[in-house]
Amino acid sequence: MKEFDIISTRANRIDTPDKATGKAVFVDDISRPGMLYGALLQSPHAHAKILSIDTSKAEQLKGVKAVITAKDAGGIKYGVSPARYDETVFAIDKVRYVGDEIAAVAAESLDIALAAVELIKVEYEILPAVFTIEDAMKDGAPLLHERSPKNLCAEVHQEFGNVEEGLKNSDIIITTKMKNKRQDGAFIEMQGCIAEFDNLGVLTLTSSTQVPHYVQRTVAMVMGMDIGKVRVIKPYVGAGFGIKASANPMELACCFLAKKTKKPVKMNYTRDQVFMLARARHQFSHTLTTGAKKDGTLMALKHECWLDGGAYTSFGIATVYYTGSLLGGPYKLANMSYDGYRVYNNKPACGAQRGHGAVIARAAFEQQLDMIAEKIGMDPLELRIKNMMETGDTTCNDLNMSSFGMSECIEAVRKGSGWDKKKGHMPKGKGIGMACGFFVSGAGYPIYRSDTWHGTVIVKLTEDGGTALVYTASAEIGQGSDTAFAMIAAETLGIPLENVRLASGDTDMGVDLGAYSSRQTLMTGHATKDAAQHAKIQVIEVLAEQLKIPVENMDIRNGFIEFKGEAPDFSELRTRYIKEHRGWIDNPASEKLSFKEASRIAFLERGSIVGTGKYKPHLLGGKFKGAAVGTSPAYGCSAQVAEVTVDMETGQVTIDKITDAHDCGRAINLTSVEGQMQGSVSMGIGETMHEEVIFDKQGRVLNHDLAEYKIVTSMDMPKVEAIVVESDEPNGPYGAKEVGEGAIMPTIPAILNAVYDAAGVRLYELPLTPERVYTAIQEYKEKNKIK
Amino acid sequence: MKKIIHLTINEMDYEIAVEPNKTLADLLRYDLKLTGTKKGCDTGDCGACTVILDGDAVNSCLVLSVQANGCRVETVEGLSTDTGIHPIQKAFVEKGGIQCGYCTPGMIMSTKNLLDKNPNPSEQEIREGISGNLCRCTGYTKIFEAIESLRS
Repeated sequence: MKEFDIISTRANRIDTPDKATGKAVFVDDISRPGMLYGALLQSPHAHAKILSIDTSKAEQLKGVKAVITAKDAGGIKYGVSPARYDETVFAIDKVRYVGDEIAAVAAESLDIALAAVELIKVEYEILPAVFTIEDAMKDGAPLLHERSPKNLCAEVHQEFGNVEEGLKNSDIIITTKMKNKRQDGAFIEMQGCIAEFDNLGVLTLTSSTQVPHYVQRTVAMVMGMDIGKVRVIKPYVGAGFGIKASANPMELACCFLAKKTKKPVKMNYTRDQVFMLARARHQFSHTLTTGAKKDGTLMALKHECWLDGGAYTSFGIATVYYTGSLLGGPYKLANMSYDGYRVYNNKPACGAQRGHGAVIARAAFEQQLDMIAEKIGMDPLELRIKNMMETGDTTCNDLNMSSFGMSECIEAVRKGSGWDKKKGHMPKGKGIGMACGFFVSGAGYPIYRSDTWHGTVIVKLTEDGGTALVYTASAEIGQGSDTAFAMIAAETLGIPLENVRLASGDTDMGVDLGAYSSRQTLMTGHATKDAAQHAKIQVIEVLAEQLKIPVENMDIRNGFIEFKGEAPDFSELRTRYIKEHRGWIDNPASEKLSFKEASRIAFLERGSIVGTGKYKPHLLGGKFKGAAVGTSPAYGCSAQVAEVTVDMETGQVTIDKITDAHDCGRAINLTSVEGQMQGSVSMGIGETMHEEVIFDKQGRVLNHDLAEYKIVTSMDMPKVEAIVVESDEPNGPYGAKEVGEGAIMPTIPAILNAVYDAAGVRLYELPLTPERVYTAIQEYKEKNKIK
Repeated sequence: MKKIIHLTINEMDYEIAVEPNKTLADLLRYDLKLTGTKKGCDTGDCGACTVILDGDAVNSCLVLSVQANGCRVETVEGLSTDTGIHPIQKAFVEKGGIQCGYCTPGMIMSTKNLLDKNPNPSEQEIREGISGNLCRCTGYTKIFEAIESLRS
């Protein structure tokens, strides 16, 4: 008999029939009787003192129900990490970026709300603004936040082992710089929300969020309410990629408007407001020095990074730590140092995006590995195998690889891409490159310091015994988590998937930290398994009492009770069940006792059978400052090979194929795993090839739409061969770990290494515009006297 | 001043008074509660609001309701029938071509438009057929597979 019935299959997702037919409800699909529409007044200036705000004309406009400013919302600071709260719902003394929120209006229609916003008069005193790290750090530069001299938002200094010694003992030392451009999440559903109070004073916020739990806490804190009086519901969400992983100012403004008007209020960001809020990938400027022995052994890594943070901290305090900590693997590396700096300036705040903090560091480092391999005449793939960590290894910064199918991933892409036949044998203009990466399966600690459970789940069996209901506060945002948890519940209970119903994304259902840091499959998965086991054992206990056989002699599988040895006489139970089942025509006829019969009997004996489950990680990480960031119960890892064509005359790069292998532990749903891999590759390609948020000199986003901010289209996407490498992660439910973010890690460097292989040029700045590549080719030709 | 228009949506006849500046997307979503059609930009860039208007796929956020006067409109809600979901919808579900699902209705309408006109599209024709529909989740791969499985 095979080990699993449901895990590791290609079950159809439970949410997609509704999504395919237009029945799935997203927040803007909802309307409420008497609902008002909200709109925000946002700063047109990047940096200015607010001298006065006059809302009188707006208030007089017919159809306007409320106009609110900082006077109404108060000055409670919020943000992502409590130690770094630096935002208020509305600007109090000054605005810090084009888009900073000043006021909000609720009106009978959106048109009226927008017209009212135009009528709010704000007197500004324009302040000098800074838009780059260099300008922000200059002596005498205007400060965004009084408590942060030199506009330094955060700095990190870490050393593991002895880097100087390691470099001294190296035969080859390579130093390069690398930088990317600020990205946008470019999820297709813009953020939106509806806030409403009931007559008992309970606030319900329905929002397009990845983290109902953190939004609930932030809303309750900023509004001075008990958490129990705030309910956050996440309907279907049109993806988030990290950007929707914290409370946004619109959600908070919407709650205040609902409080003041006593009516439901709906608000939506327009696409240009999505760009204005930002909170997506930072611009990173890395300087990396890597030392290696002549035989390819990696000796030391010295890493400095500057993060262009924008006007607020947002997720940035975590980002600046992740940037350093997630470079400790997947290679054996005893000596590593990191100096990270995040700098404020008068642009929208950056935050977390898929592969949080680690993507560009990885791109810089994996290029250097290829450079080392070239210098010592070694196949870059072999160099990686030589240095690769193995299951059980711990990085110098205390990240433990409790399962690690990295070598298997490398071998899979070697074979899948035909690496050995292609590397070194491709014509000029064609190239092949590879890279590796790893990522957390959930952050080891919550964003606020707490011993909280990271996930709680309830499994309740319906009174007829036929169906298991799974309640979780986790966030399905497109990744397939609902289906994964339904599969885990079904597998654990031993019943078919179609007998599980699942509801998620509601803070009334429990605690779940949400969809970020690739945490849900492992963490919510554990809690689901725990809850399902708890429900199952109660059914088995009742059977044990009724049939007078020990609990350990029974199991449930495929919807039937399995007895060790000979099945007992259960005819009395069946008769009792059939009596309970009058009117239906599907009486049990099987020779086996069904789960349905057993759980109906259990209900009759004990009342509702409810299983509860919970999860939090074991104690993780070292004792140094910042040791928590980067810790995880498990790490996913991946290897990718990119094949490219470079037009040597124009600099145009075409990606021909990506071969991607990812160790996700045991795949809960193989189709979903592949989907995460392919989606990660597409986001990585976008960042490599064309994504860049561009600002004018006043700090306004120039390309604030999806025409000029170019994400990958169906015309750009190369063939992706996704190879799922399964390992058995001891800390994961059924051995599962992450795939959602780790899979983006190798994409950028694999392409960069392939471009070098094709054209002989190394590029240290993204994106790879034809102009940038063309210039590099011209410089290369000049240097090497090629006509 | 509202204007009375007549149009057929998913084979149902409608007579509606609309503001002259109301887009077809807003008419469908907010007036007729056909919220299957999504809006991801309101500027014709993302394709989430794709519907079929008199046999051609259009961004309904770029069509004024009054322009649709006298036209036949097909939306995602019109695809499934009493006998079950449409083969295109089924293929998207079975091949894993749906993640967050926000681009899906538009993607499916572009697919229908493509297959209505070309039941046996080449790989390149499939790519072109959905090139106006942005998807940030799937990397398109499983969407291609879904459409390929529908070739006659």
